[in-house]
Amino acid sequence: MRRFVLIAIPYVWLLALFLVPFAIVLKIALSDAAVARPPYFPQFDWAEGIAAFIAELDFENFVWLTEDDLYWKAYLSSLKIAVISTFFTLLAGYPIAYGMARAPEEWRPTLMMLVILPFWTSFLIRVYAWMGILSNEGFLNQFLMWIGVISEPLTILNTNSAVYIGIVYTYLPFMILPVYSALERLDGSLIEAAEDLGCSRLTAFWLVTIPLSKTGIIAGSFLVFIPVLGEFVIPSLLGGSDTLMIGKVLWEEFFSNRDWPVASAVAVVLLLLLVIPIVLFQRNQQKQQEAE
Amino acid sequence: MNRMSWFNAVSLTLGFAFLYIPMVILVIFSFNESKLVTVWAGFSTKWYGELLENEAFLNAAWVTIKVAVFSSTMATVLGTIAAYVLVRGGRFMGRTLFSGMIYAPLVMPEVITGLSLLLLFIGIGLDRGVFTIVLAHTTFAMCYVSVVVSSRLVTFDRSLEEAALDLGCSPAEAFRLVTLPIIAPAVISGWLLAFTLSLDDLVIASFTSGPSATTLPIKIFSAVRLGVSPEINALSTIMISIVTVGVITASLVTKHQVARQKREEQAAERA
Amino acid sequence: MIHFQNVTKRYGEFTAIDNLTIDIYEREFYALLGPSGCGKTTLMRMLAGFETPTEGKIFLAGQDIAPVPPNKRAVNMMFQSYALFPHLSIWENIAFGLKREKMPKHDINDRVEEMLRLTRLEKFARRKPHQISGGQRQRVALARSLAKHPKLLLLDEPLGALDKKLRQDTQFELMDIQEKTGTTFVIVTHDQEEAMTVASRVAVMDHGKIIQVSTPDRIYENPNSVYVADFIGDVNLIEGTAKLNGSDSYAMSWHEGHAPLSIKSPNAFSDGQKCHLAIRPEKVAISADQPAEADNAVQGRILDIAYLGNISTYHVELPTGAVIKAQTANTRRIARRAFTWEDTVWLSWTATAGVLLAD
Ligand SMILES: Nc1ncnc2c1ncn2[C@@H]1O[C@H](COP(=O)(O)OP(=O)(O)OP(=O)(O)O)[C@@H](O)[C@H]1O
Ligand SMILES: [Mg+2]
Repeated sequence: MRRFVLIAIPYVWLLALFLVPFAIVLKIALSDAAVARPPYFPQFDWAEGIAAFIAELDFENFVWLTEDDLYWKAYLSSLKIAVISTFFTLLAGYPIAYGMARAPEEWRPTLMMLVILPFWTSFLIRVYAWMGILSNEGFLNQFLMWIGVISEPLTILNTNSAVYIGIVYTYLPFMILPVYSALERLDGSLIEAAEDLGCSRLTAFWLVTIPLSKTGIIAGSFLVFIPVLGEFVIPSLLGGSDTLMIGKVLWEEFFSNRDWPVASAVAVVLLLLLVIPIVLFQRNQQKQQEAE
Repeated sequence: MNRMSWFNAVSLTLGFAFLYIPMVILVIFSFNESKLVTVWAGFSTKWYGELLENEAFLNAAWVTIKVAVFSSTMATVLGTIAAYVLVRGGRFMGRTLFSGMIYAPLVMPEVITGLSLLLLFIGIGLDRGVFTIVLAHTTFAMCYVSVVVSSRLVTFDRSLEEAALDLGCSPAEAFRLVTLPIIAPAVISGWLLAFTLSLDDLVIASFTSGPSATTLPIKIFSAVRLGVSPEINALSTIMISIVTVGVITASLVTKHQVARQKREEQAAERA
Repeated sequence: MIHFQNVTKRYGEFTAIDNLTIDIYEREFYALLGPSGCGKTTLMRMLAGFETPTEGKIFLAGQDIAPVPPNKRAVNMMFQSYALFPHLSIWENIAFGLKREKMPKHDINDRVEEMLRLTRLEKFARRKPHQISGGQRQRVALARSLAKHPKLLLLDEPLGALDKKLRQDTQFELMDIQEKTGTTFVIVTHDQEEAMTVASRVAVMDHGKIIQVSTPDRIYENPNSVYVADFIGDVNLIEGTAKLNGSDSYAMSWHEGHAPLSIKSPNAFSDGQKCHLAIRPEKVAISADQPAEADNAVQGRILDIAYLGNISTYHVELPTGAVIKAQTANTRRIARRAFTWEDTVWLSWTATAGVLLAD
């Protein structure tokens, strides 16, 4: 009896506040927009019964998503931005993780703390910090003009480049931590053995270090890729009007256009898009656990 | 390895510079006299003064803290129960669905979580305000808490609980007197995580808040959309300082505890 | 005091305890012995209340204990891993069970002090479990489980983690405590020597079944099966067929061209029945010449000598290819040993030295 109550409390909570809302999204995605409150049709009505209700549902919104090329472009450009920024995050994060793993033992906890610290500070503030840096009169342009690389300020803020910088900056800890934990476990004598067998430093790194830190790289990449795909704050603060990301489109569809059914349909498609990377990520984590 | 190679030193320096310079600039320019955030015009703390007089910000901060305290506490209770059920509950009907619902919110884009909860609240006619934000935050934070706590419970020696039962505890007493004190560090870090997630959240709060309740991130976001402002810099500086002090204190405390435990163990070995 | 009645425990398809019926008496030191996975821990956990029997009943002092939850049973268990509460001091660990009984404070104090004295832990009362040594931890676990005056104390491989010397000391301590407190002890062990040392009765288990329950000397001298004989101590097993030869003596033919062995056995065998002679190595005498008056004597060649300090074991190969072990006490210094490798020797034993066991 006690066991039943214990299970029921979180279970019912999650059913009511996670699964049911999700079912509602799905339902509204299949409804039609209407000038009403709430702005969609059909409304569920017990009197008419479920069959009549279901008969009113259709895939019109999804058809609409495929017809209007705004959505196509938004999905594709979200994917593109997520892939590219994941790659850059890896490029920036790997050397840092590598340096940490090779740093003297007594430094490592401090370095670790330094990586985690930004994670505890507000995401919004970290994105905001770049607005002052990347703007036309911003510090980056001031600096570049001062050292004489450029004579005219570059336009970075409100372009996709700013979005990439913002993503790399905010998601860097998610990349560093898994890669670092993979590299830290790596036995230093393996590289010495490889060098002893005739590898150069670089080939030893390529043939030994990289493959052995593969699980960390994969985990880190997914930890960046998955949330970036649905990212809203970064494109809306750092991106321009031509920066298309699906999270932003959903937000605008909902708050500006008040088209709930289309917003819901966008959400459903975004989730379908996420299923594949999530499943792959799960696989990777499982493999890693089994290896341990 | 005693000496770091040249390459590692450079990559660490550059990496940490990249991570910290933006925040340092933010902090420095919160003390700027001028309204222009990018041009230094002398030292001043006037933006802090203005911030403290800005009713809207103070109200939003108060709402945010209330929401964070309530939601993280509820999330900790629910998440701990969920973790306990997952690790110790054995088999029950719908267990797969349950663990799915625990893990899914972790990877769910915030826009979707926010949207779906909003549609629910509208559907059942719940007025949006502090209460709905608390519900929303509790729901997604409890999943984080339960992941943190269950990873601790997995390594928890079950015979400790059995020993407590054996010595006359009821199951509830065994949990309160033995399990809870031992997993307390995980529960506390779960709470902290839930608390910061709630403090930090913009997207879900935007969907689930009503006109009566504006949280600090919502306020900051709408201010920041219009461009950089020194007041926001001041606010950011305060938030960054609180977190920094908190994290450093926490790590010093842990370090101290680890050192003490080591000393005691060594003393025991000698005895 | 305890009565298991046809108890069966299944985990899914797997039967861990198989239709088991035993009795454990008051003030007894009862040892469960058996190979890994034979169901010893399962048996204990059913007594403590952590598992319920799939079939059958368990009675404690005449009462069916199935409906009694673990926290209401007058049974305490000492866990193999000790299961000391890491967040509580030694003192608080021992007081833990007493506090649950709502005992008055000064009574708790007295009882804990008494337990600390009994287990010689007074000096460590304020320490946490991770600040004391393995042997001390083990004594804390014992003190904690004894503090509540249980009618029955279950010890699951209590000495598994200790080194040999500490183990022997603790075994005597356990026996001492058991005598002083008069508690019934049930101990699980892998170590047959330990079981023989501490227990008043030993139960040998295999595959969820009890094979034999008896006092240590009877288990050793009169095993009821080849399995028990082989499991407890060292034994020579000689296979043959029995033939009645007088009221309780048999002639066992064991190899063509060799005289049958003469054996006295209280167990009855029919003529021509297959049987095994189980004989302990220390009951086999070894000599250079053929002994004049021995019931049984065979000749062989020394294959190997294992020197164990106080005794030596000779592995003697018979012409049939079988190897028989004979043990002698080393009353002399090793340099003056009578036999060496490849010597031809005679092995002899009396008709009552071994037991005749059915297949
Ligand atoms: N919870 C369980 N689920 C399934 N099988 C189990 C479970 N517990 C024990 N078993 C099985 O029951 C059998 C008996 O287990 P038990 O722990 O009683 O063995 P044991 O005699 O104590 O062994 P050991 O000497 O190694 O401790 C084992 O084969 C084990 O695999
Ligand atoms: Mg066992």
